[in-house]
Amino acid sequence: MAPITVNEQGYYGEFGGAFIPEMLHPNVEELRQKYLDLSSQPDFQREFQHLLRDYVGRPTPLYLAKRLSEYYGTTIYLKREDLCHTGAHKINNTIGQILLAKRLGKTRIIAETGAGQHGVATATVCALMGIQCIVYMGEVDIKRQAPNVARMRMLGAEVRPATSGSKTLKDATNEAIRDWINNPVDTHYIIGSVVGPHPYPDMVARFQSVISEEIMWQLEEHTGKKYPDAVIACVGGGSNAAGAFYHYLNEEKVRLIAVEAAGEGIHSGKSAATSVLGTKGVIHGSRTLLMQTEDGQIVEPHSISAGLDYPGIGPMHAHLISTGRAEAISITDEEALEAAVLVSRREGIIPALETAHAFAALKYMQYKPSDILVFCLSGRGDKDLDTYMKHL
Amino acid sequence: MNRIQRLFQGKNRNILNIYFTAGYPNLQDTETIILNLEKAGADLVEVGMPYSDPLADGPTIQESGTQALQNGMTLPLLFEQLEVVRQKTNIPLVMMGYFNQVMQYGEQKFFEKAAAVGIDGLILPDLPLYEYESKYRKIVEELGLSISFLISPQTEAARVKKVDELSNGFIYMVSSSSITGAKSEISSTQIDYFERINAMQLKNPRLIGFGISSHATYRQACQYANGAIIGSAFIKAVGGSTDVAASTRDFVKGILTA
Repeated sequence: MAPITVNEQGYYGEFGGAFIPEMLHPNVEELRQKYLDLSSQPDFQREFQHLLRDYVGRPTPLYLAKRLSEYYGTTIYLKREDLCHTGAHKINNTIGQILLAKRLGKTRIIAETGAGQHGVATATVCALMGIQCIVYMGEVDIKRQAPNVARMRMLGAEVRPATSGSKTLKDATNEAIRDWINNPVDTHYIIGSVVGPHPYPDMVARFQSVISEEIMWQLEEHTGKKYPDAVIACVGGGSNAAGAFYHYLNEEKVRLIAVEAAGEGIHSGKSAATSVLGTKGVIHGSRTLLMQTEDGQIVEPHSISAGLDYPGIGPMHAHLISTGRAEAISITDEEALEAAVLVSRREGIIPALETAHAFAALKYMQYKPSDILVFCLSGRGDKDLDTYMKHL
Repeated sequence: MNRIQRLFQGKNRNILNIYFTAGYPNLQDTETIILNLEKAGADLVEVGMPYSDPLADGPTIQESGTQALQNGMTLPLLFEQLEVVRQKTNIPLVMMGYFNQVMQYGEQKFFEKAAAVGIDGLILPDLPLYEYESKYRKIVEELGLSISFLISPQTEAARVKKVDELSNGFIYMVSSSSITGAKSEISSTQIDYFERINAMQLKNPRLIGFGISSHATYRQACQYANGAIIGSAFIKAVGGSTDVAASTRDFVKGILTA
């Protein structure tokens, strides 16, 4: 099998590319030409590694979850991205992109956010660097993730509601893209997931790849083996999954399991199960799998988790799933809530609703007692307590 | 030679191109709007294929698209309507939409159908130049369709030349760095940009779009290019109208005369 990587035009197999209006071309092209070079410079790497260690708190632990392992009759490790500063993996990427933005001479940052974790992570690095920050967030998400809205405001960011369409992550992304079209010179758009036009999917995956880089050496310390039997992560756009899979992409003995949101049921009409319901098309600048009508209109998704409430999936994941390299499992709102309670009570860790989907996948997975499973515990659940309390 | 190329051969100044969203304000307004635009003196009509997520468009066009979709507009229906309209007029027609719609219809099938119903040109703002050149240029040109790519004030000279090479009808000159409907006056920076492009001696005529909304801005655009494209302002004019035919004619007259 050919190594899984992105080509010059930004394609993973048939997925990817840069389907953008001309007004975005100069910005996206500048990034494409410079992201690899700038991010590999020694001064960039020094600053990036320093901030990941002393500011974010990396490496995050790889924790043997004994009581969960016992419950499921196998060996489960948790990659504790919930312990990152701001409470989720999102900050790995925003640190990388803010350092790039500075080197590109940008003075204004925009971002989209669903659950608010990426918005908080962006507001955080903007405060750290003293750069203006505007976060677009769907009106629906502003209501259901109020604590994160407050955090962004506390950090000095302006939160602008996206009021079109389903008023969720897709629409926040549309608004951020429109802002970038209107502000092409001074602004950098920090996309929070492995979506968007090339080079974003590859760039974000690289910044998040620290997750699997650490898993490799940490797992070896724990078990003497670098390679688990499976890596399991939730997928909305797919950034924590991209980071957790990254260094295992070409190691076929490691199963990659992408867990998406089935909402109220895959065929309920209220779902975000893109791997099942999606067809090939273009969303937010890349050719990928997305939920759409026969006429090519994008369908409004549903998930109880704002971070997974997205009608598409990053092009790398579309490629991994359609070639069979990754397995996709769809989890309903109800199953995710049950898993959140289980993990909270057996490990003393309250996971984010997004992450809870990954844990719920265990009941649909084939695994052996001798297996080693690594879960990416992508974020903590403080922001979801309101939702949890309603369902407890 | 298609109707767009013939138009510019006979008239290369003061071209008025009006955009409307098909299916808005009412599902069956396509014919009324096109025929009345022609009657009132528009030279070219851009038929917008309503889309759920129009990234390059501002709120006016997005909302008209949402309404059109709610009214039941689909591509197959639009093609049916356009086939009928084409029997009644010779005005050049351009279809404007997002590439995902074309992909879902089937690229080849879409281009063939457009040519068959009498469409003359295409504007697909999120279709990248290299995708077009490597995959679709041959069939589009064989079918005799025009295609117009966009340039903005930030487009580099080499890329403007590439756009000129691949376009064959007119170039869509985005007046400023913005989404549609955003600005209302033409600034001196914009004039510098228009003059810079004029000095390049491109083979394609240029139409200026985005932010053209009145007789004054139309006249200004016509000073620096072969004509202008108006979208959002027209959508607003027919939006609340109870007589779409009259509103359409009044709008065009208002643009053409002081």
